[in-house]
Amino acid sequence: MMVNFDLATVWAFIIAFAVLMYVVMDGFDLGIGILFPFYRPGAERDQAMNAIAPVWDGNETWLVLGGGGLFAAFPLAYAIVLPATYPLMIAMLLGLVFRGVAFEFRWRDPRHQRFWDRAFFAGSLVAAMAQGMTLGALLQGVHVEGRAYAGGWLDWLSPYSLLTGAGVVVGYALLGACWLAIKVEGDAQTRAFRHARAAALATLLAMAAVSLATPFLGQQYFARWFHMPLLIALAPVPVATVSVAVLLWRALGRREEWPPFLYALALFGLGAIGLGVSMWPYVVPQSVTIWQAAAPERSQVFMLIGVGLVMPLILAYTGWAYWVFRGKVGEHGYH
Amino acid sequence: MFSGFDATVLARMQFAFTVSFHFIFPAFSIGLASYLAVLEGLWLKTGKALYLDLFRYWLKIFAVAFAMGVVSGLVMSYQFGTNWSVFSDKAGGVIGPLMAYEVLTAFFLEAGFLGVMLFGMGRVGKGLHFAATLMVALGTFISAFWILSVNSWMQTPTGYEIGPGGQFLPGPSWAAIIFNPSFPYRLVHTVIAAYLTTALAVGAVGAWHLLRDRQNAHARKMFSMAMWMAALVAPVQIFAGDAHGLNTLEHQPAKVMAMEGHYQSHPHGAPLYLFGIPDDRTQTLRYAIAIPKASSLILKHDPDAPLAGLDTIAPDKRPPVWIVFWSFRVMVGLGFAMLGLGLWSLFARARKKLYDWPWLHRAALVMGPSGFVAVIAGWVTTEVGRQPYTVYGLLTTAESRSPIAAPAVAASLLAFILVYCAVFGIGVWYILKLMNQGAHPHETGPEQDERAPIRSAGITPGPHQHAAIEEMGEDSGAGAVT
Repeated sequence: MMVNFDLATVWAFIIAFAVLMYVVMDGFDLGIGILFPFYRPGAERDQAMNAIAPVWDGNETWLVLGGGGLFAAFPLAYAIVLPATYPLMIAMLLGLVFRGVAFEFRWRDPRHQRFWDRAFFAGSLVAAMAQGMTLGALLQGVHVEGRAYAGGWLDWLSPYSLLTGAGVVVGYALLGACWLAIKVEGDAQTRAFRHARAAALATLLAMAAVSLATPFLGQQYFARWFHMPLLIALAPVPVATVSVAVLLWRALGRREEWPPFLYALALFGLGAIGLGVSMWPYVVPQSVTIWQAAAPERSQVFMLIGVGLVMPLILAYTGWAYWVFRGKVGEHGYH
Repeated sequence: MFSGFDATVLARMQFAFTVSFHFIFPAFSIGLASYLAVLEGLWLKTGKALYLDLFRYWLKIFAVAFAMGVVSGLVMSYQFGTNWSVFSDKAGGVIGPLMAYEVLTAFFLEAGFLGVMLFGMGRVGKGLHFAATLMVALGTFISAFWILSVNSWMQTPTGYEIGPGGQFLPGPSWAAIIFNPSFPYRLVHTVIAAYLTTALAVGAVGAWHLLRDRQNAHARKMFSMAMWMAALVAPVQIFAGDAHGLNTLEHQPAKVMAMEGHYQSHPHGAPLYLFGIPDDRTQTLRYAIAIPKASSLILKHDPDAPLAGLDTIAPDKRPPVWIVFWSFRVMVGLGFAMLGLGLWSLFARARKKLYDWPWLHRAALVMGPSGFVAVIAGWVTTEVGRQPYTVYGLLTTAESRSPIAAPAVAASLLAFILVYCAVFGIGVWYILKLMNQGAHPHETGPEQDERAPIRSAGITPGPHQHAAIEEMGEDSGAGAVT
């Protein structure tokens, strides 16, 4: 597994970065949506909403960058993956419609607030499940002929993709619960820690199940992971995952505020490394490599200039926006 | 429900439906973001609380419209891949980077500063808050810049090379791609349209409240500002539209033939059809009412200039005339009605009757939605008029489509129709409710709604923050409301 840092590789890392940014940032606000039914109607739900209202839109923009970036840098992959996961994409987008408008609508119409709370929950759940299943559908491989998807429109549905879907749902719930533990106090925080523990357990189980199932999807994954000397080089990944899991569990038990969220981020980061190792150098696993899918060099260079100039600014003002809304979401003022 | 259609027609219906619905929100938020920046700027400059009230009032409406724009826009960024994957594969190398630049330079800018704009007034200084508002307004404009460049390239492609697999590849100059021949015209025409649309919506809200109470200071200010905008910008828009039309005649003559209803060529000066029922089957315009030679006069500045008709275009390369002919007339008709309203308001202003002329207010109220209708009609004209191509003259719509079977496209189209009509219908209802409430002295911002006094808080607990915001308003605008 050689990595030459040519343009396509650089772009593969940029897209991976955008997707990971999306997963962890929208992950925690989707996670709060997934846990929404467990919060008490009224002040507690308001607080949970307030913990993400100023930042959700920015978080979701990373999804547009992931999709738009894939379109721009690897148009062939975009042209194959979206038809291959068509119903999942439509479900995800409609889910995001419901949860996105709920942020505004639940305040505009107090009489129907319960309805929009349910829409917020259902939209978040559907979007997370669809994203997880898309990942599974990709890893299990899609049927490509020539330059197009050639499979049926339900090929994505399998026990494996259901497993990855469930894994992403509980993973997002973990991020959401950890974020909420930072933003709230008192009873609500106690509940957030409880949710985080349950979600952490479920996430670790899902990670273990996916890790065990993936090598048996195809020879390529098996050979990649269980082959000397890569086996030794990769050994730190599972070891680190177990260590982070232990640290996360202890931090939750001690009711520490920031560490659980950071450990949860680390878990996602390690998961991403595992995925990268499995997929490399394919962008559509087992059929299209990043070089086959790459946009013309001129396109990739032109965009690289934009990323180089603008990305530091984006990170700076996004960081500033988070800083402005730092600290606890007060419970005062709701009466 | 859609069993009679093939997959290409269904995919086109899906794109047309989702993009038309989406376009309503940015057409409003581009103009409204700038209006909010003007209001906040005036507040900072004059210290009058009236401007702060108006700012906070329209900010609440902006928040709802913006949320709908974001989620419907997200759908658009995936439509290219779900239903038009062959187009994405072929054109991605050219238009993909432009769309990536839109995300990097516009979407992040809007989203990054929106939170501070909506909920941050009690947390950052006035200057920083104003800067955030400006950044959001700038973001909406940059977004229009890139996406209209993409659209214009599809209409008038330049600066590309064709690769061995039939892919469009960028040529040596990105400027030749970005600043393609129709882009400057389309950008100016569309951005002005967004400003006019917002002005008419704001004017209608002002008019509605003036009809209830002519002394309402907030309604007066809104109405006056909106009518200035309509009076000054509507004539500019008519000129910009004319220039855009001439540009289209040069690059996409078949579109103009459809707009004009010119099935036949006119070697000795073409008539301007005011009315008619296009019949594509017989290639005739029935019940036509025409001004002789006027079309040649407008398009060629010579009444006797020859104008080619659709009979010079191969039958399978002609756009459907009926839709283009009528959507164009709706847009132009509304444009002149906007001009009329603007002139009426100038006349009323000169006679000092701007706030005391109920018929003017009723007219402004009726014209409230006209901007949205005109924007959609204009969009339909340009998009249907460039059929049967996605990349004009080079890649047909039928070739561009994904290998998705008709039932799947039909099912997703139905889902979009149901969800959009329900969700965005309710959203528009909430906006109308807010508009009906009107702006008041001591208007609260979105961060201090009754049920949601603090949308996100931190170092300052709720009541303090609340008080801090109130204080800012009081300080700067003491006694300014009359």
